[in-house]
Amino acid sequence: MITLRFVRFLEGRGLVFLALVAALVLLVPVCNLLVPPGSPFHVPTGMVVLLGKYLCYAMLAIGLDLVWGYCGILSLGHGAFFALGGYAMGMYLMRQIGTRGVYGHPVLPDFMVFLNWKELPWFWHGFDMFPYALLMVLLVPGLLAFVFGWLAFRSRVTGVYLSIISQALTYALLLAFFRNDMGFGGNNGLTDFKDILGFPVQAQGTRVALFVITGLALIGTFLLARMIVTSTYGKVLVAIRDAESRTRFIGYRVEYFKLVVFTLSAMIAGLAGALYVPQIGIINPSEFQPTNSIEAIVWVAVGGRGTLVGAALGAVVVNALKTVFTTGFLAPYWLFALGGLFILVTIALPRGLVGLAGDIFARFGGAGRGPTRAEAGQTP
Amino acid sequence: MNPPSSHAVTGAILYLDGVSVSFDGFRALNSLSFTLEPGEMRAVIGPNGAGKTTMMDVITGKTRPDDGDVLFRQGTIDLTRHDEAAIAELGIGRKFQKPTVFESHSVADNVLLALKGPRDPLSALFGARNRIPAARIDAVLERVRLQEHRRRLAGELSHGQKQWLEIAMLLAQDPSLLLVDEPVAGMTDAETEATAELLKDINRDHSVIVVEHDMGFVRALGCRVMCLHEGAVLAEGSIDAVASNPRVIEVYLGR
Ligand SMILES: Nc1ncnc2c1ncn2[C@@H]1O[C@H](COP(=O)(O)OP(=O)(O)OP(=O)(O)O)[C@@H](O)[C@H]1O
Ligand SMILES: [Mg+2]
Repeated sequence: MITLRFVRFLEGRGLVFLALVAALVLLVPVCNLLVPPGSPFHVPTGMVVLLGKYLCYAMLAIGLDLVWGYCGILSLGHGAFFALGGYAMGMYLMRQIGTRGVYGHPVLPDFMVFLNWKELPWFWHGFDMFPYALLMVLLVPGLLAFVFGWLAFRSRVTGVYLSIISQALTYALLLAFFRNDMGFGGNNGLTDFKDILGFPVQAQGTRVALFVITGLALIGTFLLARMIVTSTYGKVLVAIRDAESRTRFIGYRVEYFKLVVFTLSAMIAGLAGALYVPQIGIINPSEFQPTNSIEAIVWVAVGGRGTLVGAALGAVVVNALKTVFTTGFLAPYWLFALGGLFILVTIALPRGLVGLAGDIFARFGGAGRGPTRAEAGQTP
Repeated sequence: MNPPSSHAVTGAILYLDGVSVSFDGFRALNSLSFTLEPGEMRAVIGPNGAGKTTMMDVITGKTRPDDGDVLFRQGTIDLTRHDEAAIAELGIGRKFQKPTVFESHSVADNVLLALKGPRDPLSALFGARNRIPAARIDAVLERVRLQEHRRRLAGELSHGQKQWLEIAMLLAQDPSLLLVDEPVAGMTDAETEATAELLKDINRDHSVIVVEHDMGFVRALGCRVMCLHEGAVLAEGSIDAVASNPRVIEVYLGR
């Protein structure tokens, strides 16, 4: 009975998605740690890290889809929330270095010693404790999103204006984090991490564990997002997307609905960033680059806006393409390819890869399934 | 603001006095005044651009008047101080001139979203709104004869069906005052007749203002009629009195 309800809650493709992520979480550790390197089934550690990175992006995409795909808020600043979560984790990792830094200072990270600072700035306090850092991972992006949303949604900033100010937000943070005197390591950012929770960050076992945790976090994020979009709250979000003023006239406080989902989405982005940093080993201001936020929008559009699975899928597919592109002689053309992909999807596949898969499935699988409610409306 | 305390105010569910609205110097409402008694139905006619929709915008908080009083419920509530969501909560529902339903939601979900009840994010996320019995939705859909369409997407409905769905949403919302803007545009004669019956039925326990151009329909409603022209009331009375008023005839023919 409960199982049946759960299956219906997920819908077919949600089930497929969960099964895939669960399979990755189970198989990747086995294929990396237990299968010997010579075997064709061996997954090298570099691949584990790459997959972990994709899963972090998938989390960010699900968060972004909640605000854009379901509620119509085209945020071009979600990269900032991702980066802030990453910095919070980076600060914890910096504090774990202790005396192992180049200057061997027991408390101050190297870059502060280099700048001749005598003591730790107030906002670095507490980051030596993991639970505190984890709290900040959620709280800092959440609070910024809340304040931003409070100002923007209450004064009814919508559409392209909202996109522009969200882009300005991430750009302002980019400039701020570049400054050495901000206390976040300037343009070098935070790096040379040693341990996380006492485990060496670079060790193979730690990397696999981080991958597994990311996979589980992605599953958790997906279930949470699915719960939201299947509730009446999710229906109100779609109502806002399709006819905002109508939603007000039947008595919903649109600004509060937007504020809640926007804040939650920023926290998801922050968590994704926090999982990203120990796997990649560095966080620097380039994560605030406006293009990062725009790329995230492209992932969601490619996968299928307004479908959580599509958003996650889009993140993985586009980034896999990016990896292929940017590691070869094609590297200079990546941005053109990305732009082309976006135009192609917008024109030829307005419902993204998931919509395409659904159409193919309906044609050949016979079981014709109409579009789900959220994806049927294609108002940009 | 000092609400005047004559009977006109204390007895009326809706009281407008000297309401003016300008758009870039153009006066869409020009010192508009009228009152609506509780339980009353009022038909509003008037040529294009007379200010009928603007009047509804002012009452529902979409447009703030430059001048004048807009009072609700025996003068106890100043509507100009509230926003759209608050006014809806106070008990004023509205059907738009251009039917606006939530196109990517099913017909049933459109009604579900409109149903009376708490509307905060928390109750939408976990609360009572997730456990509304289907029978409550069906009861509303039955009144507008859309029950067979409950699972269809609202965007797939015909123009007339959308109009009815919007009326169904009003019924679900159960406001004390309904503002209905051109409900029969695009309907067949039979549908128009059925809509008149439905509105009369709704009027048994709700106050209603109906804007409509269709004179046959207005006659079928059998209520007091008010003709707007250039943002003010030109004539008010029974349908026959208003229809034979020379100034009313002039503004209609003059166009
Ligand atoms: N937001 C606005 N900005 C500028 N002008 C407006 C606005 N809303 C209405 N108007 C103008 O105000 C006048 C009154 O418009 P309104 O829509 O109230 O007329 P109406 O009586 O509802 O007409 P119709 O029968 O065509 O629906 C029109 O001339 C219209 O162009
Ligand atoms: Mg009008």
